[in-house]
Amino acid sequence: MKLGLLFSGGKDSAYAGYLAKKYGHEISCLISIKSANPYSYMFHTPSIHLTETQAQVMNIPIIIKTTLGKKESELKDLKKAIKEAKEKHKIQGIITGAVGSVYQATRIQKICNELSLECFNPLWQKNQFELLENLIKNKFEVIVTGVFAYPLNEKWVGRKIDNSFISDMKKLNEKYKINPAGEGGEFETLVINCPLFKKPLKMIGKRVWSDDNEKSWRAEVILK
Amino acid sequence: MILIISTCKEKLHELEFVRPIENILKKNRISYLTKHYMILNKNDVNKADKIIICGTSLQDFDYVNHIDKFSWIKDINKPIFGICSGMQIIGLVNNRVEGKKIEIGFYKEKFSKNFLNIKENTEKEVYHLHNNYIDFSKLNDFEICSKSGRVSQAVKHKNKKIFGVLFHPEVRNKEIILNFASA
Repeated sequence: MKLGLLFSGGKDSAYAGYLAKKYGHEISCLISIKSANPYSYMFHTPSIHLTETQAQVMNIPIIIKTTLGKKESELKDLKKAIKEAKEKHKIQGIITGAVGSVYQATRIQKICNELSLECFNPLWQKNQFELLENLIKNKFEVIVTGVFAYPLNEKWVGRKIDNSFISDMKKLNEKYKINPAGEGGEFETLVINCPLFKKPLKMIGKRVWSDDNEKSWRAEVILK
Repeated sequence: MILIISTCKEKLHELEFVRPIENILKKNRISYLTKHYMILNKNDVNKADKIIICGTSLQDFDYVNHIDKFSWIKDINKPIFGICSGMQIIGLVNNRVEGKKIEIGFYKEKFSKNFLNIKENTEKEVYHLHNNYIDFSKLNDFEICSKSGRVSQAVKHKNKKIFGVLFHPEVRNKEIILNFASA
């Protein structure tokens, strides 16, 4: 089936796309939404501008749309982007990286249903530690590009998801109930290499800053 | 052993509609075997102690074209739990037709009768994902334990251990699956 991957550049959407391909589907295009609202409920924001670079190394066309990121109007922008993907790339369905967020999943399901498109959520209800372990096992190189929950601090920004990351995250999960996959917006990630890439991306620099009195930290990543 | 039956046309959808149910059983050390309805045989059904028929995606109606593959439901006397399309299949083999009702997301449903350890008059928040439903009110062998308007949300057979829910308990009501597994 020809599918469009709702792609944020982070681990969940990339892994969902990987599974779709593994199950014999074609990723005909990527769809990325750039939100002007850094606190968007729907869209991952820190490194969304890098999805174009990721699309190039995947050799997959990308549709990028900008939204003001207001709570429900951003859904209209998402619907427009998916509709464009359907018309332009003849997709029959959408793949998302939704794991447990009913808020996100419900809204995308409604849009796909209105457009008579299949909606695939291959990570749905998946154990979040198992998901992190699967990323490592399947050779995903993922870095943290933003942290938004106490006690995550600037030291976590730029970290790779590896066994030591999982071990530290388990401790934080037990003590602070931090969602280990970051789906509650606790942290955001960027995939710099995975089986969908024709060649790896390399982080050659990063600028880390906080604009809310060190409650959260973001990174601007420079890739080669 | 619980036989889990997939109704998904696309195998990728099984990660969304079947795997979460397998994980609930696995976590509770309940043995299971998963089969797609198209490759199910008599032996699989005979060997099972109980049967769960899973749901599928909003746009997948392929099971309707193969309803004859489920004719065994009427002939056996084993506990069966139908989830979403699984519930609709139970209605279809009993000669009911599907009605249209789109419900997607969280809804509150009230149980007017006891249902798999849920006491009557309990209200539950449930996750819906369906375009169709079956009106079980015309089926004398079934009692409706939860409904909203004409839409039967949870039903049970009056004489057999056959249960159905239109919502997806694997998302927010995992205890219902475990209650069936231990009933």
